[in-house]
Amino acid sequence: MDTGFIIEKFILVAVIFGISLVIAMYSTYAERKVAAYLQDRLGPDRAGPFGILQPLADGVKMFMKEEIIPSTSNKWLFIVGPGLALLCACIGTAVIPWGSPMEIGGKIVPLQVADINVGVLYIFGVVSLGVYGVMIGGWASNNKYSLLSAIRAASQNISYEIAMGLSIIALLLMTNTLSLKEIVDQQHGWRWNVLYQPLGFLIFMVCSFAETNRAPFDLPECETELIGGYHTEYSSMKLGFYLFAEYINMFVSSAVMATLYFGGYNYPGMDYMATLLGPTWAPLFGVGVFFVKIVFFIFFFMWVRWTIPRFRYDQLMNLGWKGLIPLAIANIIITGIVIAIIEKF
Amino acid sequence: MESLSNKKKVLEQKPLSFMERMYLPAIAKGMGITISHLFKKEATVRYPEVEREFSANFRGMHSLKRDENGKERCTACGLCALSCPAEAITMIAAERKPEEKHLYREEKYAATYEINMLRCIFCGLCEEACPKEAIYLDGPIVPADYLRKDFIYGKDKLVEAPLEMKK
Repeated sequence: MDTGFIIEKFILVAVIFGISLVIAMYSTYAERKVAAYLQDRLGPDRAGPFGILQPLADGVKMFMKEEIIPSTSNKWLFIVGPGLALLCACIGTAVIPWGSPMEIGGKIVPLQVADINVGVLYIFGVVSLGVYGVMIGGWASNNKYSLLSAIRAASQNISYEIAMGLSIIALLLMTNTLSLKEIVDQQHGWRWNVLYQPLGFLIFMVCSFAETNRAPFDLPECETELIGGYHTEYSSMKLGFYLFAEYINMFVSSAVMATLYFGGYNYPGMDYMATLLGPTWAPLFGVGVFFVKIVFFIFFFMWVRWTIPRFRYDQLMNLGWKGLIPLAIANIIITGIVIAIIEKF
Repeated sequence: MESLSNKKKVLEQKPLSFMERMYLPAIAKGMGITISHLFKKEATVRYPEVEREFSANFRGMHSLKRDENGKERCTACGLCALSCPAEAITMIAAERKPEEKHLYREEKYAATYEINMLRCIFCGLCEEACPKEAIYLDGPIVPADYLRKDFIYGKDKLVEAPLEMKK
């Protein structure tokens, strides 16, 4: 463990942290713009050209608002809740391989903070931790609606995590590894996992909509039933943290989807590009490709949000337990049989 | 029993077919509809920069008119106040002095003339009632303000600009 290593990782962490915050910031802007354009409107266009400074204005507004902590709330947990939500959202980015190793001044730098051999499990753990922020916030508010919303969030996350895990198992049968880096490297060029696991991808995607509390599964914060959901009592930047955490979660799950099923930084013709651009710029181009995929998924999240109405709670549970879980199990069985046949012959 | 009008329709709710229960075809269709709106022209008018034209019979803020010599037309007869269903108009009449001949068209004029814009419903009955063609609702939208007293518009805001100022 030399200092060069620590500096290198520190820079990488800082850059990734910064990028994910900026992307989350501009997701709020993009959300409003996409919503507007899908509804034949213009969206925010007052702050700066095309309203590009809108997220900054929103941030200033959030900071300047009065901060209210309800007198009956559990103060410590009330403050911890949003912080935990944001923390859990942010640490998910640590294991995602952003690009193939890059050569900087004769030194090979891996564009991944930590290549742990249980990367997929780590992602799952962090994602399920995320619900604690929601639960603690909802509980500490000492408000019936917040509590109801927290309960909804918890039960929804638990139900959909099972289907999500099962859909991943089918993928793991094929890849034989839990390391995200190896999973990406196996999808070299065009051999993206989505071509072999379309059903698994579909289940995974639906579940990640539920995990990030996005429409059509945004029941924890459905304003028609629960006022504001778990953040009813929150104001100022604590509310901002919750909203921010949602967008970072969206960014992370888009990154995970792109990594697991859409080849991460792989793209057709990458070998040719590698010889053309050299060992420094080709990985950067790969990172760019990866971000294009991520942005597409973020757009997809928004596109779905402004298309599909919210599920009713019993429909949500029906879909999760009676729809997706049996489907995921069937997917595992079919995948297992096909793999067995291929290996035999 | 047979219905008399024959207009009654018995609706049956069929159970969802397999394709419908999958949701996916319907979702794909819906996504297609929303994405098609991405390429449609937006209906928004960027208001302070672009103003949409009012219709020809739009009724906005009142203005008290002057005649072709720049004299005020209003003679404070009170018909507008009488016709006003919201009782938004009040006025005090006064007699014209000889040296004021160039200001007012007839011997009697409105010394004060006030319209409460919070009461006014912009029905245009004052315009119809006026025998002297002195009041028209041809102005812009009445602007917002902070205090109730600021919505009571006097002659300073209502009377048309004098002729020489118009040129």
